[in-house]
Amino acid sequence: MFVSGVSSRSWGARLASALVTLISVLFALGWASIIVWAIVVSFRPESEPLGRGDVWFGSAWTLANYVKAWSLAPFGQYYLNTVIIVLTILGVQVVTITLAGFVFAHFRFAGQRTLFFFILLQLMIPTSALLAPNFGTIRALGLFDTRLAVAIPYFGSAFGTFLMRQAFLEVPRDLVDAGIVDGCSWWQLLRHVYLPPTMPTLIAFGLSSVSWHWNEFLWPLVVTISDDVRPLTVGLVRFTQLGEIGARWSLLSAATLLVAAPLLLLFLVFQRRFIQSFLHSGIK
Amino acid sequence: MTTRTRPSRRRINLLPYLLVLPTAFFVALFTAWPTLLALYQSFFRQRLNIARFRQPTFVGLENYQALLTSSEFHQVLRNTLIYVLGTVPLSIALAFLLALLVNRRIRGVGFLRLAFFYPTVLPMVSAATIWMFFFTPDYGLFNTALQAIGYRGPQNWTANPDLALIAVMIVALWKNAGYYMIFYLAGLQNLPTDVFEAAALDGATIAQQLWYITFPLLRRTTLFVTTIAFISAFQTVDHIFVLTNGGPSNASTVLLFWLWQVRFEYLDVGKAATITVVLVAILLLFTVTNFLLSERKEVPDVR
Repeated sequence: MFVSGVSSRSWGARLASALVTLISVLFALGWASIIVWAIVVSFRPESEPLGRGDVWFGSAWTLANYVKAWSLAPFGQYYLNTVIIVLTILGVQVVTITLAGFVFAHFRFAGQRTLFFFILLQLMIPTSALLAPNFGTIRALGLFDTRLAVAIPYFGSAFGTFLMRQAFLEVPRDLVDAGIVDGCSWWQLLRHVYLPPTMPTLIAFGLSSVSWHWNEFLWPLVVTISDDVRPLTVGLVRFTQLGEIGARWSLLSAATLLVAAPLLLLFLVFQRRFIQSFLHSGIK
Repeated sequence: MTTRTRPSRRRINLLPYLLVLPTAFFVALFTAWPTLLALYQSFFRQRLNIARFRQPTFVGLENYQALLTSSEFHQVLRNTLIYVLGTVPLSIALAFLLALLVNRRIRGVGFLRLAFFYPTVLPMVSAATIWMFFFTPDYGLFNTALQAIGYRGPQNWTANPDLALIAVMIVALWKNAGYYMIFYLAGLQNLPTDVFEAAALDGATIAQQLWYITFPLLRRTTLFVTTIAFISAFQTVDHIFVLTNGGPSNASTVLLFWLWQVRFEYLDVGKAATITVVLVAILLLFTVTNFLLSERKEVPDVR
């Protein structure tokens, strides 16, 4: 629209356009170098340390770093923990935000505004700022060092509630009224009238919830202590701090990619959906 | 009150309260209650690693007094200020620039967008681990690139007291700019084209069009992105754990990292509660101001 849209294809305009393209490509290369380097080095033989000169390719490609990383830390267990935590959060959130969003879109009741603003409080005070008192709550509930402890603060989502309310409000009133005339119960209204057209919003929320909690580090670091319940992110940081790891970059890159790969692949496959969901979500 | 389902009955319908209860319960338990608890605990001295201070003792405003006069707090506050005021405007400016770069009809633009956006789905701890290598003196790629453009300064980015904070800020910029970019990209694609055609006919340069038309029209996007960037700047400290651990000598310690350190390394419950109150106050001050300024604080015109 700005540069390419200049309609007169003069020599100067074409030069400007090429220049902008060149700048874009340089920027993109800089941005991508992080992941590209990690991928390349993770397949490099570990016996060939990075020194001055060649920091990219070794003499051959190998999977040994992945095998080694997997054997040095219980990544299988970490995977399982992360998947369980992320799916638990998602499963509960889908139910709670659908019900709460439905309530605020469909009903009129005393204290509605107060209750809505009370829930929106969660948007203004991010949960991570409250990790100290929340740690006390987790201790008091006897949940310390469990996967549930990692998941439970996110069971209610102000953002999801808000998002679903907005989506439900856009469902045509005629449709809802027709359902009521037909004698639908609240459950049938939700299931057959409200939910079908708002599934994309729910999926968008789900994707951003999964990627946010897959990547979370600080809270699980605080409430877990054993490998049996620890998620990938915390496991990775422990791994980098292992005495024998040091600056073995091939190994570190392999471990790093083990943690990031599932989400990256998911993102590559569902790129459009992902970006759409992040656009929707804003506050993760 | 009545509901839409039962307009004729006058009795109170419990159903909406019941359905919203799970969400309200968890918000109460993990947002409202801990905020009040932190406020309460901030009036007590309680240190878990010192036997005689294990039990909480009421000390009034002593914690706040100690905090305000501690040089460590001043340093952390200064670091936080630099971090927030550095990363927020820069990442937004960068996001706007990147959005302009990828909002063109050229071949391979999808790859450009991918290159800028992928850090968003990368775990911060993974990203920071790889950045560790980039910051390595001599042969780290970041230093190599800097040398190529004539940089001759110190290279130990994560261990130099003057550079450590800048290093963590660079990683945050790289991680967030692509995320904020998509909001601007969506905004740009929703702009009316006729305004630009008219401006071009009137002889407005591209720079003038950007400054007088594009930027003002994307005001709401900017406001929204500023909000999420600000909150994110306060709550993301994962990379600090990997890159600098807050050091050297607190040079890269920001508020939330310090809070973690005080509570879980120094086991000082009272002081941690006081820091929590300060952090929450700053966040509330910002979000409420923002809310009042924008009135309708909703997901902006990005669809």
